[in-house]
Amino acid sequence: MFAVVGTVPDEDFPLVSGTVSMDDTRICIQGHSVSVNRGTPALLAAAVKTCETLNIDPPFGYLVGDIGKGTGSRRLYETLAEQLASFDFGPGDPQSETGTGFNVLAFHYLQPDVDWHNRILMAMEKMRNRPVLIADAGFMYAAKMSGFAAEYDLFTPDAGELAFLADEAAPHPFYTRGFILHEENRIPELIARACEHENAARCLLVKGKTDYVAKGKQIHATIDSPLEGAMEAMGGTGDTLVGIVTALIGTGLSVTKAATLAAKVNRWAGHYARPTPATQVIEIIGQIPRAFARVIRESEIGDIWTTPLHRVDTKFPRT
Amino acid sequence: MERGILVFDNTSEVIRAESVLTSAGWPIKVMGPPPEIRSGCDLVIEIPLMEELNILRTLEKAGVSPMETVPVSSPLLQPVDLFQIKDFGDYRMVRAANMKLTIHKKTLTIVNISGGGCPDVPYLAEAMVGKKLDQAPSPRQIGHTLCGYALQLAYEEMKRQCLP
Repeated sequence: MFAVVGTVPDEDFPLVSGTVSMDDTRICIQGHSVSVNRGTPALLAAAVKTCETLNIDPPFGYLVGDIGKGTGSRRLYETLAEQLASFDFGPGDPQSETGTGFNVLAFHYLQPDVDWHNRILMAMEKMRNRPVLIADAGFMYAAKMSGFAAEYDLFTPDAGELAFLADEAAPHPFYTRGFILHEENRIPELIARACEHENAARCLLVKGKTDYVAKGKQIHATIDSPLEGAMEAMGGTGDTLVGIVTALIGTGLSVTKAATLAAKVNRWAGHYARPTPATQVIEIIGQIPRAFARVIRESEIGDIWTTPLHRVDTKFPRT
Repeated sequence: MERGILVFDNTSEVIRAESVLTSAGWPIKVMGPPPEIRSGCDLVIEIPLMEELNILRTLEKAGVSPMETVPVSSPLLQPVDLFQIKDFGDYRMVRAANMKLTIHKKTLTIVNISGGGCPDVPYLAEAMVGKKLDQAPSPRQIGHTLCGYALQLAYEEMKRQCLP
């Protein structure tokens, strides 16, 4: 089972942990629900849809309300640091039930805080079975700034965030120096620079007009179709991609194969939503099952044929 | 001129202090902190040290005093100051640093906000999307992080381009 750690944009939302489900346009966790617009709720909604499509267990979430003041994030960091270190996730938690713990941990919209990041990393080092570690959004910023980026298995930057990873002096994308331009045709160069300064995870999934999957400096795959230019303006399309790839890695797929497949699925889901720059991300999430059907139908079976993937209904309506 | 920086407890206070000092006419700049005082999502305000006491009095009156004033000896990080504009036909997108804001050109309604990774981005999007450009709350008022600050820059640029 995989877990997602992040925030929701409601200051009064309590710190909760548990399995996540979807009810129409909202995600539900421990008796609470939140609408899916962008950010961690969009990631989780995409992950839930992926799990439904693959007929696997739903994601486990650690969520707290935070509107940017950092108070909620710090409470969550503190709780997680204690729980990860002691292996005690409490009754009913998969860590206790299975004794094996989560196989994937994805960190998302959290207040970037290097001190707390380092405490979380130290706690994870004490875990008996170290999970695959994914970082995106604010937690990826903190991971880069901490100097421990290489401890992670996957970062999922867009082109601008990749420029930030490639700029060894920038503590936040806001300070990326101008000479490190984030032009699409310089992505391989920026990946190499981020790796040289040890500011990249072992694998990168760079989101953009063309998606790049890299392992170290090596480009493993590029995915450039279908192309829906409007997705650049839409909030949450990167979050859905992270949700899909996290769930796929949770099935046991390698990081690079999962990233390649997720990029294809996210692009097809976007295509099927017929987006304009005003489209909201929930419309893309609804297309994930159809996108999976399309991608699995067209894939080389030997490449991706794991047990959960063969459960995808490839006869999903094609219209 | 000898320069110093004002260090605040959090980014929200920097944003408030910047408004107070700019309104009062002080020649200040919002910058990135030096490495030794960085904790994560940081901004500082660069001031002429000669005017430290007067500036601190202005801030005290407004109830937003800094934690400390530090002299600056090395160059500070400059915020990104380039904007990228993209035209989507009926829509226009402005990007500042890692934040993008898109409006419907005819109605001047904010239709999407994307990018960023700090927790106020989804909060700002909920508050601003669906509202007219001149009626939406500004990120400066309700944002708290560097991503919020970047969105403010995109918002100001969009207003400069689209409002009379």
